[in-house]
Amino acid sequence: MIDWIAIFSNAAQELISPTTAAYALAALGLAIHFGYTGLLNFGQAGFMALGAYGYAISVLQFGWPVWAGILLGIGAAIVFALILGIPTLRLRADYLAIVTIAAAEILRLMFTTNTFEAVTGSANGLNGFRGFLSALNPIPAGTYGFGPFQYNEYDWFIRIIAWAVVALGVLFVWLIMRSPWGRVIKGIREDEDAVRSLGKNVYSYKMQSLILGGVLGALAGWLFILPRAVVPANYQTSLTFFIYAILLLGGAATVLGPVIGSMIFWVLLSFFSGFIARAVEAGWFPFMTQVQAGQLRFILVGVAIMLIVIFRPQGILGNKKELAFVK
Amino acid sequence: MSSETTPSSKPVKSTGLHIGEAEPGCRKVDPILVADGVKRTFGGLTAVDVAHVEVPRGAITALIGPNGAGKTTFFNLLTGFDKPDAGTWQFDGRSLAHVPAYRVARMGLIRTFQLTKSLGLLSVLDNMKLGAKGQSGENLFRSLFPFMWRAQEQEIEAKAVELLTRFKLDAKKDDYAASLSGGQRKLLEMARALMSDPTLVMLDEPMAGVNPALTQSLLDHILDLKAQGMTVLFVEHDMHMVRHIADWVVVMAEGRIVAEGDPHTVMQDQAVIDAYLGAHHDTDLGAAQTSNVEALKELIDDEQ
Repeated sequence: MIDWIAIFSNAAQELISPTTAAYALAALGLAIHFGYTGLLNFGQAGFMALGAYGYAISVLQFGWPVWAGILLGIGAAIVFALILGIPTLRLRADYLAIVTIAAAEILRLMFTTNTFEAVTGSANGLNGFRGFLSALNPIPAGTYGFGPFQYNEYDWFIRIIAWAVVALGVLFVWLIMRSPWGRVIKGIREDEDAVRSLGKNVYSYKMQSLILGGVLGALAGWLFILPRAVVPANYQTSLTFFIYAILLLGGAATVLGPVIGSMIFWVLLSFFSGFIARAVEAGWFPFMTQVQAGQLRFILVGVAIMLIVIFRPQGILGNKKELAFVK
Repeated sequence: MSSETTPSSKPVKSTGLHIGEAEPGCRKVDPILVADGVKRTFGGLTAVDVAHVEVPRGAITALIGPNGAGKTTFFNLLTGFDKPDAGTWQFDGRSLAHVPAYRVARMGLIRTFQLTKSLGLLSVLDNMKLGAKGQSGENLFRSLFPFMWRAQEQEIEAKAVELLTRFKLDAKKDDYAASLSGGQRKLLEMARALMSDPTLVMLDEPMAGVNPALTQSLLDHILDLKAQGMTVLFVEHDMHMVRHIADWVVVMAEGRIVAEGDPHTVMQDQAVIDAYLGAHHDTDLGAAQTSNVEALKELIDDEQ
C-alpha cells in the first residue's frame, strides 16, 4: 500500500525549502531580464555558479567572513554581466542568448577542470562551509516545527534567511518596476528604437537590467548551496531551463509569479518522484525499474507544465489581456 | 473628397525663408538644421548623397521624392539611427555627427517612424509618460524611493492627459497601445513626441495608412505645432497635403536633393517632374534609337 501521508508531507516540505527559494530568486532575476526587459539570458546557471563559488571559495580558501563571501559572489556576477553585455547588448536580442548560454558553460567547465582543483575542488566541488554560517545562528539547538515542517536549528535558520532574501528581492523588483525606471525597461521590451527616439540611453538601461538580474541570480546561487555542497554538475544548462519553466509557469512579467512558479514546480516534482518511487515499489508499474522511475518524474512535470502553458499561456499570475496582442 | 480634407480656414504660410535663388542647397535666413556632404552607401548603392541642405526654423518643411529616393535613410542619418560614411550636420549650431540617437532626442530633435512604434503592452498613458524628458525616477537608485519622483510624475501625468485630450485619445488612456487602430497609433506617436517639448519634430510619413477623417485632424495637429513655435520636417507622398501645409519643399531623388522651393513653384520644376516621371517620359524612344535597332538586327542576322 502506498503511504500517501509521506508523499504529501514530503511535497509540502518543498513549499518552504531553501532550494525552492533559490529557484524563485533566480527566476525573479530572469523575470527582470526576460519578462520586463526582453533580454534572452540563457546563462542564469552561470550567474548562480558565480554566487555559489564566490561564497564557498572566499570562506573556505581565503578565510573571509560570510558577508564578504556573499559580496564577492555579487561582484563576480556584476563583472560577468559587464563582460557579457558590453559586446552583445548593442546587437539583436538573439546574440545575447547565444553568448550567455556559451559563457555559462565556459564557467561550469572552468569550475570542473582539474587545473584549478586546489581552489575549486574540480568535479567534486567544495564542501564543509556550513559551519561558517551556522556559527551566526541565533536559534538554540533543537528541533522545532509543526506537521510536516520539523527541522533542526540550522535548517530553520537557512529557511528564514532564504525566504527573507526572496522577500527583499520581490520588494525590490516591485519597487523598481512600478517606477519610471521600470516604465523605460518595459518600453525597451516593446520597441527599443522607439525608446531611443524618446531620449533614453537604451544601452545603459539594458546593462542595468542585465546586472540586476544577474545579481539576483548570484544571490540565488548562494541560497542554493546553503543546504548542500557546491558541485559544478549542478550548474548545467538544464538548470537555466528549469528556471525558465518556473518563470513561464508563474508569469514572465510578474513579481510574485517566479515565487509561485517555483513552489508549484518543486511541490509537483517532489510529489511525482515520491508517488512513482512508491508506486513502483508497490508493483503498480511492473514494466519499470526504480532507475527508470527516477526519470519519469521529469516527464510528468514536463506534461504538467505543458498543460499550464497550453491552457494558461500567460502563466498563473500573468495578465490575460496581454495575450490578445502578442505579435 | 477634397472639400472634406481641406479645412475651412487656409493655413498661414511662412514666406521669405531663403536667401537668393530657390535652388537645391540654397541658404536659409534662419536654419535650424544644416547638413553638409552627408553620404551613406549600402554596398554599391548610394542611398543618400546630400551636398548641402538647410531646414528653415519655425516653418513646416516637406521632404518629398519618389520611392527609394533616400528620404527615410536621410531621416535615420540626421537622428543618429544610422551612421553616414561621410559628412557633417548641425542642429541649432551644435554638431550631430557621431552623436547617439538618444542624445539627439535630448537636444530637442524628436522623430517619429514610418511604421509606427507604439509600445504595445504599455498603456496609452504610459506611452505618453515615457516621452517626458529629465525624469528623476528613471534613475535606478532614485526609482526605489517614490517620494523622490512622485511630484514630477504627477506633473508629467497632467501634461500627458492634456495632450491626449488635444489628440482625442483621452478616453483610451488606460488601454494597451496595442489596442489602438493604425491611425490612432500615428496620433499617439505624435503626441508622445510632444511630451518632451521638442524644437524640431521630424515626422516620417505621418499620413501613411491613415483614413481621410483622421487625416484632417493630423493636418491640424501639424499646423498646430508650427503655431506653437516648433519646426516641422516631414516626409510625405500625398502631394495634396504637401501643397496644403508645407511652407518649403525639399525634393530628393536617387539620394540627392534635386529641387527646393515653395510648394507651388517646386511642383513645376523640371527636375521634380523628371524625378517622378522619368527624364525621358516625353521623348519618342522609337525615333531616337532606330540606328541601334538596325545594328542589333544585323548582329542577330550574323549570329544565325
